[in-house]
Amino acid sequence: MIEVNDHLVEVRNLSVDFHTRDGTVPAVQDVSWYVNRGETLAILGESGSGKSVSSSALMGLIDMPPGRITSGEVLYRGENLLNATPERQREINGSKIAMVFQDTLAAFNPVYQIGWQVAETLRSHGVPKKVADVKALELLERVGIPNASGRFFDYPHQFSGGQRQRIMIAMAIALNPDLLIADEPTTALDVTVQAKILRLLKELQRERGMGLLLITHDLGIVAGIADRVAIMQGGKIVETGTVRQVFETPQHPYTHRLFDAVPGRRVVSETARTLVEQPLLIVQDLSKEYLSPARLFSRGATAAPVLALNKVSFKLERGETLGIVGESGSGKSTLARTLIGLETATGGGASYRGHDLLNRTPAGLNQVRRQIQMVFQDPTASLNPRMSVREIISEPWAIHDDVVPRNKWDTRVRDLLEQVGLQRDHADRYPHQFSGGQRQRIAIARALALQPEIIIFDEAVSSLDVSVQAQVIELLKSLKDDYNLSYLFIAHDLPVVRSFADRVLVMHRGAIVEQGTSREIFNNPKHDYTRELLQSDPALNVHAAI
Amino acid sequence: MNTYIVNRMVYSAISMVGLIILVFFLARLTGNPAELYLPVDATPELRAAFSQVNGLDQPVLVQFWRFLVTLLHLDFGNSLRLERPALQLVLTAFPTTLILAFSAMALALVVAIVAGALAACAPNGILDRLVNVVSLSSASLPNFWLALVSILVFAVWLKWVPTSGTGTLAHWILPIMVLFARPCGLLAQVVRGSMIDALSSAYVKTARSKGVRSRSIIFVHALRNAMLPVITVAGDQMSGMINGAVVVEVIFGFPGIGKLMMDSIQYRDFAVIQCGVIITAAAIFLMNVLIDFAYVALNPRIRFK
Repeated sequence: MIEVNDHLVEVRNLSVDFHTRDGTVPAVQDVSWYVNRGETLAILGESGSGKSVSSSALMGLIDMPPGRITSGEVLYRGENLLNATPERQREINGSKIAMVFQDTLAAFNPVYQIGWQVAETLRSHGVPKKVADVKALELLERVGIPNASGRFFDYPHQFSGGQRQRIMIAMAIALNPDLLIADEPTTALDVTVQAKILRLLKELQRERGMGLLLITHDLGIVAGIADRVAIMQGGKIVETGTVRQVFETPQHPYTHRLFDAVPGRRVVSETARTLVEQPLLIVQDLSKEYLSPARLFSRGATAAPVLALNKVSFKLERGETLGIVGESGSGKSTLARTLIGLETATGGGASYRGHDLLNRTPAGLNQVRRQIQMVFQDPTASLNPRMSVREIISEPWAIHDDVVPRNKWDTRVRDLLEQVGLQRDHADRYPHQFSGGQRQRIAIARALALQPEIIIFDEAVSSLDVSVQAQVIELLKSLKDDYNLSYLFIAHDLPVVRSFADRVLVMHRGAIVEQGTSREIFNNPKHDYTRELLQSDPALNVHAAI
Repeated sequence: MNTYIVNRMVYSAISMVGLIILVFFLARLTGNPAELYLPVDATPELRAAFSQVNGLDQPVLVQFWRFLVTLLHLDFGNSLRLERPALQLVLTAFPTTLILAFSAMALALVVAIVAGALAACAPNGILDRLVNVVSLSSASLPNFWLALVSILVFAVWLKWVPTSGTGTLAHWILPIMVLFARPCGLLAQVVRGSMIDALSSAYVKTARSKGVRSRSIIFVHALRNAMLPVITVAGDQMSGMINGAVVVEVIFGFPGIGKLMMDSIQYRDFAVIQCGVIITAAAIFLMNVLIDFAYVALNPRIRFK
């Protein structure tokens, strides 16, 4: 019997394998979904769940080898694209089905002007160059690029992340595709920008009647934008239905776990300690100005100095977790880097147990660094790929040679690995052999190696999936009690801070606009900016939706 | 003008000044030419007279000052050995080296880009393996060995080309091929590597999702990005070649700058050494500026820094 349906795009029983050095790994197994015109389907899953694989198959973007499609069909208006010639697939890509990617800085070609790149979609499908340029300009105006005609010849790196995502959307909708695939379109963006991009996508969908396939790990986005949702785990769809069905009566245990892992659902963390001691860290009017970089043989600053930190004052008590929130560019990271001496302050002061942190000799700086350690955002970048885990963790001991005697290094490395939830025999492996969450655990073990009093986390869990994030946060909590640590926890992800921090500082344009206990900040924000920040966070919408 | 380029030019000029100082004093470390040019049994009076005529009896700093003053007039002095103006000797030899180096490099770039790009399109395919093996071997072969073996095979046994010297077009073939081999192998490796990176990049995936034709993906999107490291390596190789394809010129008896310098150093011909080094350095300086221009033209991220 011939099955008749009017789905715009349908994936039927798709299975894809990837060949790796360790054998064949199934990427997706028996995956089926469909999208109709004007409808939004969200595919929700963590990284590695295979949520992007079926859409890549739809656009012929799976590299074979190492990939291999073992079974199934991928239908566009009834035509199986798995049997399409490369030329037919090329005709469909960009004109009938288009895609918006996550990392826009990488997804644009860095050496071509954005006007040229937007118009290229049109030119590739037979639109003459002049017409394509005019149309590209209209598109840039439509997606809200200010002064579009003046910026037509600018390069991708000259735009902000939010603007690049708008341009990417303009490029994708250029030929009025029937289906727009958005693969984690807002993950790299600040919450306020995120909300605007999602609104734009929704608006364009209504305007053009496109089907929208949204691939995301973010429950908040699904709740806000999708009609139906398919939840993927380990390459399989474990649950599918309308958003209301799935959110109100989740069936599969994994779906339950996902909802439970959403940070911030638990009660706001409380400060249960009585503070008798001196604060560990006192920061007073700390300021940092960036002058335009001085050049050889040029005199005088040409641009106005940028105020990255504007009279920042706060205290960190012993045993406390102090959250610092704000969008990127708000000065959070500059603050952390100034405290550990990676940047020099241009005004104000900071002291640790009464010792001045800012004006120190190199030897004095070393002493402070031992007590204040830092865990960076991207463990892939911050761990040296050529060093084994043992070398990474024991390296600080070679610098501070009074902490652990050399003959104890091996045991101590293994102990530390165990404490951060890894295996003792992981010491001989290299960073690339670990997942993102595991790598961040290694970075934490490295920070613990010197037995510091304070650890600064700069967006340390931001790049991790929610359930991994929850595990790492649990680890941090137990380590804090075991070692009597104090944390400075920098994040743009509000729910994480809400459930983890005792007190919160809100930063905006280099200044602290509000500070208070978590409860005060999240339940009763005083400052307008704090309110805006809280409202635009999609993850907090989940609570409204569930 | 672009500050990147201005900065680079200023730095190059500073190193040029350093080089002028260095070449003067280093050349004098080789000893007094009077010992070489006069008979072994020459009287001390004769030696003194020789030194006086050539200004070698003055304190070194005075010699240096004179050297600087004459340098400003582009007067490099006369060759002790050939008794002709040093600049004239260098400028006669230089074009030969330039033509040799440029033809070898142009050929190497074309072959390396085509071979590397095609190899990168199907990594681990038959073509890729072939390009890999051939380029690796040609990058590893020592110049002098290749020169001698090619003379033996193509000039002595097969008699296709002359063994050495200049005169006809056929004289150029072997030296160019020998000079071409190493940079070509090296560049093919670089092109292949950076093309593989470029072709697996996110922007190529974007281009495929836009329905861009595959020819355009390879030659418009990927190649321009892949050219950046290639230019750096090519420039580096080119400096080495201009600097005197010494081995090749000496073996093939080619009257280029490399051979001239070798002879001058042996005869402590200070004027020619100084002139040769300074002119060569100026040429390399000029070429580096050109490379910076190419770099800026290809990479907008530098342009706007």
